[in-house]
Amino acid sequence: MQTNQILALFCGTLLVLGLIAYFLGRAKASRVRAAGAAMHAQPDQYAWFSVLSSAGPAIAVGVVGAFAMLLLGAEIPTLYLLAASLVVGCAGLAMGIALVRPDFHARKAIESVIRFFLAGAALISIFTTFGILISIVGEAIRFFQMQSFWDFITGTTWNPGASFLAAAGRAEEGASAAQFGSIPLFAGTFMITAIAMLVAIPVGLLSAIYMAEFAPQRVRTLAKPVLEVLAGIPTVVYGFFAAITVAPIIVDVAGFFGIDASFNNALAPGIVMGIMIIPFISSLSDDVINSVPDSMRQGSLALGMTKGETIRDVVVPAALPGIISASLLAVSRALGETMIVVMAAGMRPNLTANPFEDMTTVTVRIVAALTGDQEFASAETLSAFALGLVLFVVTLSLNLVSVIMIRRFREKYRINNL
Amino acid sequence: MSQSFDEISAQLRRRHRKSARLKWMSMGALGLAGLFLVLFFTDMMIKGLPAFQQAQIQVEVDYSEQASQLPLAAVQEDVRPLVSRGYLRLIPGRMEDNAELLGTTRMEWVLADSQVDQYLKGHHTRLSDSEQEVVDRLQAEGRAELRFNTTFFTSGDSKMPELAGIASAAMGTVMTLLVTLAVSFPIGVMTAVYLEEFAPDNRFTQLIEININNLAAIPSILFGLLGLAIFINFFGVPRSSPVVGGLTLALMTLPVIIISTRTALRSVPDSIRHAAFGVGCSRWQVVRDHVLPLALPGIMTGSIIGLAQAMGETAPLIIVGMVAFIPDVAASFSEAATVLPAQIFTWAGEPERAFIEKTSGGILVLLAVLISLNATAVVLRKKFERRW
Repeated sequence: MQTNQILALFCGTLLVLGLIAYFLGRAKASRVRAAGAAMHAQPDQYAWFSVLSSAGPAIAVGVVGAFAMLLLGAEIPTLYLLAASLVVGCAGLAMGIALVRPDFHARKAIESVIRFFLAGAALISIFTTFGILISIVGEAIRFFQMQSFWDFITGTTWNPGASFLAAAGRAEEGASAAQFGSIPLFAGTFMITAIAMLVAIPVGLLSAIYMAEFAPQRVRTLAKPVLEVLAGIPTVVYGFFAAITVAPIIVDVAGFFGIDASFNNALAPGIVMGIMIIPFISSLSDDVINSVPDSMRQGSLALGMTKGETIRDVVVPAALPGIISASLLAVSRALGETMIVVMAAGMRPNLTANPFEDMTTVTVRIVAALTGDQEFASAETLSAFALGLVLFVVTLSLNLVSVIMIRRFREKYRINNL
Repeated sequence: MSQSFDEISAQLRRRHRKSARLKWMSMGALGLAGLFLVLFFTDMMIKGLPAFQQAQIQVEVDYSEQASQLPLAAVQEDVRPLVSRGYLRLIPGRMEDNAELLGTTRMEWVLADSQVDQYLKGHHTRLSDSEQEVVDRLQAEGRAELRFNTTFFTSGDSKMPELAGIASAAMGTVMTLLVTLAVSFPIGVMTAVYLEEFAPDNRFTQLIEININNLAAIPSILFGLLGLAIFINFFGVPRSSPVVGGLTLALMTLPVIIISTRTALRSVPDSIRHAAFGVGCSRWQVVRDHVLPLALPGIMTGSIIGLAQAMGETAPLIIVGMVAFIPDVAASFSEAATVLPAQIFTWAGEPERAFIEKTSGGILVLLAVLISLNATAVVLRKKFERRW
């Protein structure tokens, strides 16, 4: 039988079982109540309880069996599995009906089952984090078994070109051994992130100051959504814009000044990424500046400071932890940004300080390694996970520092809504 | 030595000027962001709007015996390079389906080659001078014109620009987002309900909270690595399929839905809960019958925004292989498919000039959908928002 048919059969049986349980439970509960006994719950609740007690175990058996077959490769005939879950379901049904008694708290029982399910759903987010961690760390370890960790951290040449030969067992044929020195990648990532921050932090912070301190209400209500639009544009669109529109402009402008710029220069993705990040910085900074207590502004103005001085010497220093936290989040965002650099930055690992040259980033190499035709077990493919591990660790620590900073700010001014 | 009043007032003026300068600078920063947005949209419009038009030419199609063998023979030699090869290729099939066609000669409007299209739009073209003359002649006779490009919306990807369309990618996006929504909406809402209404305030709950905030800030490409290592390599979900893409995006969207649902639940005032508890409701009954219905508009808004985010996401989908060349609409959730942003990415890598136009056209469609989704969210919020 096809898997789909078995699934349909299983669901159909469960539905019938559930319906039987519902009506039997309800009928019995109504009968007991009609006989004059004071029950702890409504008939409907008894009915639902018997549905849960019959379908629940049946589903559990089915799922466990399916997992055993899928993951452990256990050979269980599907019909037996179906029969087993049906038997368990019937046993559950009998138990559920037997429990329809005046002194049984059906509502509380249902409640605890629901609670259990809700907690289970909450666990999925934890599983996701663990999933990311396990998948990345597991493959990264395989990579470091092939390549030395020290070379990965300190090497200045990234040349995975020959690794597929090694994976095919023909290592000696490769012209040169594959090298996985990640420094050029990190340098490129750092350069593009720095350019993005040079654009995003001044513009984002100043916009936030304008919106929080100067702008009339009408401008505020208009400007906020406009900035949000910037954050809502997909990164692949930004990447296209950077590659097709911004990069040629930069090459032209650089040529005008006599500088030779590559079409995959680091400036184009950097600037466009900076623009993308403006709303992250401005909206969080805006919130933070708004929650600096007004008494501080009043005190400063009462001492005769001008508005500009108040903002520069009182409001911004007070909001600084929040602003730094916003900037750190923005940095972590820029480090992990993929599409813009994949489309607009270069593919060639290049250790240089000249932003007009092409350089590549960690995320570009991850994508390049995983979209090629290599076998999964080759060092190049696995190197993506090693790079991913570094990216994960760096962004995680940036996020944690940022969370701690904002919490400190919140505690200092006793603000609850940040 | 004390300063004179003149000095002090000069100093004061300087300070006020400085203050004004800060105001103008900050205004300029906001203006810069706005200016970029205007430039960006203008650029995309200029590049993308021509994609919605497509050149068609009227030629004599000769459904001869020879044409069923060699489709090129169906049109006269002078216009042969101007007609889309993709159109010509269909001729034998059409003749098989429709026996009456054999031996007839008809004047038909046919899809022009993308070079003709580019020429009519005034772009650079590879057409030779004599071919350009033919196009000019056809245009003067009213036999070559730009028409609304239905192919763009009805066909899938193609290596021939004049035949490439977004239909398969759009369908792939819909299927992927269906999976995403089906997984992330129930789990997200359940998690939020648990954290807000049921969970005791202990270490474990705090761990979940920190974890969710952290997930929201993890680079999206790492979710792609998760999808590749866990879903594809471990569970054996078919690569490039809407299922694996949808699951990956679901994990990414989860934090957004959880956080917005929690905000929505928190904005329901406690008096509602107290009243419900007061008449003897259990915790679940309070949540199901009172808190959730009141929080629903907020939850919907958050989910729509999360979905819009997932819709524009490309990086994790590239990692799980959803950038394949997909000429036909995927028939099931486990078949290879592609999504709109991935289609844009693929087209952006094509060297032909005509594909820049297609890419921008695809971007315009994507942006239009995203903006309408977000606008829906805003309208929902405005309409159902209740101030307690």
